[in-house]
Amino acid sequence: MSAATNISNSDHDDHHDHHKETFITKYIFSQDHKMIAKQYLIVGVLFMGFIGVAMSLLFRLQLAWPEQSFAVFDIFLGDWAPEGVMDPNIYLALVTIHGTIMVFFVLTAGLSGTFSNLLIPLQIGARDMASGLLNMISFWLFFLSSMIMLASLFVEAGPAAAGWTIYPPLSALPQAQPGSGMGMTLWLISMAIFVASSLLGSLNYIVTVVNLRTKGMSMFRLPLTIWAFFVTAIIGVISFPVLLSAALLLIMDRSFGTSFFLSDIFVQGEVLHYQGGSPVLFEHLFWFLGHPEVYIVLLPALGITSEIIATNSRKPIFGYRAMVASILAIAFLSTVVWGHHMFISGMNPFLGSVFTFTTLLIAIPSAVKSFNYITTLWKGNLQFNPAMLFSIGLVSTFITGGLTGIILGDSTLDINIHDTYFVVAHFHLVMGISALYGLFAGVYHWFPKLFGKMMNKNLGYIHFWVTAIAAYGVFFPMHFIGMAGLPRRYYTNTAFPYFDDLANINVVITVFALLAGAAQLVFLYNFISSMFFGKKAEINPWKSTTLEWTSPVDHIHGNWHGEIPHVHRWPYDYSKPGHEIDFVPQTTPIGVNEVETEH
Amino acid sequence: MTVLLTITILILTGVAIWQITKIFELSQMGLKKDDSQIANEKDNDLNGKLMFAFLVFIYVVTIYCFWAYTKVLLPESASEHGEKYDTLLWVSFAIILFAQTLTQAVLHYFAFKYRGINNRKAYFFTHNNQLELVWTVIPAIIFFVLIIYGMVTWGQIMNFSEDDENDLVIELYAQQWNWKARYGGDDNVLGDANVRFLNDFDGKNSVGIDSSDPNGMDDFVVTQEFHLPVNRKVIFKMRSQDVLHSAYMPHFRAQMNCVPGMITEFSFTPTITTEEMRQNSDVVAKVNRINKIRYDKSQDLISKGEETLDPYQFDYLLLCAKICGTSHYNMQMKIVVESEKDYNKWKAQQQTFSEIIQ
Repeated sequence: MSAATNISNSDHDDHHDHHKETFITKYIFSQDHKMIAKQYLIVGVLFMGFIGVAMSLLFRLQLAWPEQSFAVFDIFLGDWAPEGVMDPNIYLALVTIHGTIMVFFVLTAGLSGTFSNLLIPLQIGARDMASGLLNMISFWLFFLSSMIMLASLFVEAGPAAAGWTIYPPLSALPQAQPGSGMGMTLWLISMAIFVASSLLGSLNYIVTVVNLRTKGMSMFRLPLTIWAFFVTAIIGVISFPVLLSAALLLIMDRSFGTSFFLSDIFVQGEVLHYQGGSPVLFEHLFWFLGHPEVYIVLLPALGITSEIIATNSRKPIFGYRAMVASILAIAFLSTVVWGHHMFISGMNPFLGSVFTFTTLLIAIPSAVKSFNYITTLWKGNLQFNPAMLFSIGLVSTFITGGLTGIILGDSTLDINIHDTYFVVAHFHLVMGISALYGLFAGVYHWFPKLFGKMMNKNLGYIHFWVTAIAAYGVFFPMHFIGMAGLPRRYYTNTAFPYFDDLANINVVITVFALLAGAAQLVFLYNFISSMFFGKKAEINPWKSTTLEWTSPVDHIHGNWHGEIPHVHRWPYDYSKPGHEIDFVPQTTPIGVNEVETEH
Repeated sequence: MTVLLTITILILTGVAIWQITKIFELSQMGLKKDDSQIANEKDNDLNGKLMFAFLVFIYVVTIYCFWAYTKVLLPESASEHGEKYDTLLWVSFAIILFAQTLTQAVLHYFAFKYRGINNRKAYFFTHNNQLELVWTVIPAIIFFVLIIYGMVTWGQIMNFSEDDENDLVIELYAQQWNWKARYGGDDNVLGDANVRFLNDFDGKNSVGIDSSDPNGMDDFVVTQEFHLPVNRKVIFKMRSQDVLHSAYMPHFRAQMNCVPGMITEFSFTPTITTEEMRQNSDVVAKVNRINKIRYDKSQDLISKGEETLDPYQFDYLLLCAKICGTSHYNMQMKIVVESEKDYNKWKAQQQTFSEIIQ
């Protein structure tokens, strides 16, 4: 296999020398993994992320100062905010599209799309992805799906508004909600295309990691980033098709009169013909993707963090094999826990016990990972680059958010906090903020690789510290309004005088949310200005051991001049005794008197 | 105009950020010029100390939230199983707070302690099987205990018997956007029902009772509020006529989704009457706080010439916790828990299905 791989790689190498690139093939319909990574970063993370975050700020304003008039609503929401007061339907639409964009577009496509594409070939020593064409198609399908999702914002009745989980019958019946008309149709089409894009991407990642590793790059010499991306792609391939099937069945119910998810419905004075289906079936199908999705979002962030913490601690990652085993255990368990979203859905209570058991098991590999990160810091020589700050921040929010999962994963305790703000606080910390921190860490760390420039570190420090404070300021108090019994997705809590004393907590949360939003502008400014005016990067600015830092700063097609580097050791030989410098690149052969690190 | 203003503010923010960067750069000018954008010893020192400060920040936020916000939490449970629920909740909370305090301390302390110094070499430490075994096994034991504790409690709550004829059977009926409750009447048996019958009897059949089922004739349906006799087990049967809803009764630690096309169930025994709960010191304090807020708001409203807010009095609530459309946020029903005697008096006033359709 490796011989065949080498031949095809050198063919590719010869080929590219004669290849003439035009503007369109280089910047738009590019098949080069580095360019596709940048495309994902700019479209998925910066553009979609900006919209997703801005939406959350809009509805946070409404939650803090309910039913008040804001000029900003008037500008952005127009007829949906008569006289500047947000309409309840558009509140639900904003919540829905915020969730959809952040979970799928930013943290699935944006995160994996950027870093899997950039790092898989560069860190395993390949000229490019196994199929550049599929990779390009994957990006453009993603782009198409993003545009359709954004187009749904311009539908007269408003975009989908049934929550990002789009449970039928609410999502199936236009009579039940204005957003369930054309808005929901576009949502479903967009997500169907998104799934196709995601599958093409994932298959490509898997094939590339399995087939195109350079000489010497055994599976246990892979950096943990690659392990994380690899396993993420596998979970994606297993679970995303189930979402596609759920979406297709829902389209059937909506447009062709089938009854997969609907039965015995009376809406707007009319008995509908649907008979025999069950919304609970949809919940099963949705969460069979929905829960692994949490790890599709989180594992790449954890992989990035492993790499950055090791590099910046100038120390090997502690317990490499335990980290790999944890990733595999989390991936396996993530596919058998979906029922914990459905404890009180009406499914058999016996299943509640089963899913409590599997869910709390996930806490074990998660705890192992956290302890291993902490031990990696121990006796290190920590270099606080912005990427390192975000990585440590990730470990911190992963612990804070993860621990409340022990409460939510327990079917008994879920009864009274299900669908309250406690859940919102939990998942934002453990997968939202943590994954975003992983994403930011990755951008700061690999910016020199992506653009050949350095990001401004001082702006990075401001960005991190303001975000870190604001994130706790938003989500820590939120647990309490959940435990006070306030359900999520409420347009306002003023309809219940019982919740009147939560109003001032909502104001605190919104102020911190606005602060967090402002901090992201610092990042955006830093990103754009560094891209154009940043200091030119050296080839290996962070003194890292992995292969991507041996490829030239200015991108070339095929990644390395001449032969692909060979690998002689694992990726974490930092501060190894017997070496002058505190890192030994993977390309350095084992010395005469040196013993290969046992790990 | 507003657009212009927004754009101006954005531009000014950009300029401000640019100036702050300049200040940062100037502050480093006295030293050797370093524009590598890679953390140097000074950055490591500052950020390492900030890491420690951040640990203090996390602790302060935690303590402040528990100190300031514990009072907004739900009062003691008003149902029998709710006490078990609360115990399990606080046991779990104790464990996670302990773990949180410890791990955050170690994480941030290490970040502070080992902040980088030039020319120091880190300790080469790749793995230690014993150590890893320890921190796999200890969480595993704790989680197994929690799992078993949770499962036992879950079984006790969910596996209720439906054999006792003395148990009160009530149907909670959800629709966009209100609740109805149906009682079995004198026979305490709910008649068959389906949405197909909703348009019968000129819409008077508000929950779709099957008029051919004799059990349904003495059923009665209430809106706005429903009553429960204290210390008598209630078995709830949930239905929904249109979309998913969730019957959430936080004071009783009770919740179950209402699913069109199927009947879901939950059961609890209320133990504290509404009157007794209004005397509860936590509830009294909460109500006073709320009325203070409402009074202040009313003063504002008076100055604007608008209607004032009514003073608030505590009641148990049934809310909807599953997104269900426009008025999801305002789908409420009052629950009154009272003595058996008062309950029977209330019940006698209700109109049965057969009386309504005549």
